[in-house]
Amino acid sequence: MKLPDSKDFWSGVMLIAIGAGAVFIARDYPFGTALHMGAGFFPVVLGIVLVLFGLYFAVRGLHDSAKIEANWSLRALIVLPLAFVAFGILMEHAGFVPAMLALTVGSAAAGAEFRIGEVLALSVALTALCVALFIWALGLPYPLIVGM
Amino acid sequence: MELFHNLFFGFDVALSWQNLLYCLIGVSVGTLIGVLPGIGPLGTIAILLPITFNVAPVGALIMLAGIYYGAQYGGSTTAILVNLPGETSSVVTCIDGYQMARQGRAGPALAIAAIGSFFAGTVGTLMIALFGPPLANVALEFAAPEYFSLMLMSLVAAAVLAQGDMAKSFAMVALGLLLGIVGTDVNTGVQRFSFGITELSDGIGFIVVAVGMFAMGEIIANLGEPEHRSVFGAKVTHLFPTWADMKQSVGPILRGTAIGSFFGVLPGTGPAIASFSSYIVEKKVAADPSRFGRGAIEGVAGPESANNADAQCKFIPMLTLGLPASGVMALMLGALTIQGIQPGPEVMTQRPELFWGLVASMWIGNLMLVVLNLPLIGVWVKLLTVPYRLLFPAIMAFSAIGIYSVNNSSFEIYLTALFGVLGFVWTKLGFPAPPLLLGFVLGPMMEEHLRRAMLMAKGDPTVFVTRPISLAFIIITAIIVIVMVAPAMKKRRGEITG
Repeated sequence: MKLPDSKDFWSGVMLIAIGAGAVFIARDYPFGTALHMGAGFFPVVLGIVLVLFGLYFAVRGLHDSAKIEANWSLRALIVLPLAFVAFGILMEHAGFVPAMLALTVGSAAAGAEFRIGEVLALSVALTALCVALFIWALGLPYPLIVGM
Repeated sequence: MELFHNLFFGFDVALSWQNLLYCLIGVSVGTLIGVLPGIGPLGTIAILLPITFNVAPVGALIMLAGIYYGAQYGGSTTAILVNLPGETSSVVTCIDGYQMARQGRAGPALAIAAIGSFFAGTVGTLMIALFGPPLANVALEFAAPEYFSLMLMSLVAAAVLAQGDMAKSFAMVALGLLLGIVGTDVNTGVQRFSFGITELSDGIGFIVVAVGMFAMGEIIANLGEPEHRSVFGAKVTHLFPTWADMKQSVGPILRGTAIGSFFGVLPGTGPAIASFSSYIVEKKVAADPSRFGRGAIEGVAGPESANNADAQCKFIPMLTLGLPASGVMALMLGALTIQGIQPGPEVMTQRPELFWGLVASMWIGNLMLVVLNLPLIGVWVKLLTVPYRLLFPAIMAFSAIGIYSVNNSSFEIYLTALFGVLGFVWTKLGFPAPPLLLGFVLGPMMEEHLRRAMLMAKGDPTVFVTRPISLAFIIITAIIVIVMVAPAMKKRRGEITG
């Protein structure tokens, strides 16, 4: 069987998964009574609501097959979040300066146009600006380079 | 008169040199991001929120508000000169504004947009001062059932009135409510959806969701679109509109202000709806509608007044009821909460300097914006030549530092990256992000009020319809749903049978 490729169908599937997951996890939380609502009441109700919406979109997606617009960059979708993650890791282990350099170069790499000289200049300038602004002027307590 | 007394007090607060400075920073940043396409007030305010921790609450609010209404001014510049909406609220300004620029009348177009915005901003500020206090007084009588019904009403209205697919907005509200309850349940101490991760036991950070979805998600989306920008007519000569221009614009500005004020207090309607409605109205009342689309000054004056009036009036429900009527207002509520202020009708009596100081600063800010936008227009035009590829790494850098500085935790950085991806995917699938943010902010409050209401009524759910104010909210909710959903259903049935 061929799977439908409409965006509504897949949004529906995603909502069903999230809603069902929420109900499944929340089954262990005390549901409570109408007088004393437990921790489980709100999540279970919301989970069911999401599943219902998901079903609606999935069924609608079977009839209506509007596809996802073509204009989007897979490169940006992967590289940009990774640059952020690199910033997080380097902040903990290497310090503010390496984290900033990695983030700015990494972000720039997510764009379609990557001119190495321009990117390096931008990266150094931004890092210097942020060190001056956040570390020296606002006094955020982060080491510039760990161990130095 | 008490109103004047209060306004004087407000100006006293707003005219302190620190607050003037915060106001100036706010409106300058607002104009800047308004002029630049690809970054809006939502993302900017989310990024700058952490920096406001160290600022006094009044100053923080004045600055963040300045960014918001400043962006409405800046958006028109790009619309008129580049035919690109700097902000979504300026989409219709492109139509006639750009045509005016092509006819060599960029100056009058920019001037009338600024004058209209200033008039609308002044009226909007007065509306807050006039209607805020009585509304807050009514709200002081509210108990848990009223709050629950009020929140239900605003969430339903937000989903129904949002642009795009209504069902998708509702789904996003539900998703936001669910995300909002992650963490320790305040009533029972149960850990919900925290997956044994200690960082999640305090819940998902508000800034994490906002920056992820509105800053990173937007950038990912923008990088998929090819960039094309050409500034039209680098030189803007003779700024002043002629007497005929002014006479033609008086009506549109007045009508636009009224339309904007009306839509402003409704939850869920962005400034784009107000400006669109104003454009349609102007075209309807015009003696010669064919001039529209060919550089009619009314098509600039009306919508630009409407979007600014809308932006100002959005503050009314936020300041008096603690209710966010838009994504930006949800961020403002977040800013208050972070400052340790419980949003709601008590703010006005317990922290009058906050309310009146903000109101007065808005008028001052609007005045600053006229100065910033007209004589300094050349500076902003020059900024438009900065390519996006140099801009977005800077936005990412400020976002990352802002988030990291909240809890000094890398975990929140990773979570932001996740929300960036999710925000992009949802937007691409046609699910709007602002309703999610509203649900996220209101989720914990709604649950709390629901529980309290049920406890108060000894478990009787009819409490929501037996108390008159609560009943009124429920009835309004029902009317909104019937009015908006029924035609859609009818249309759908027609499609199937026909």
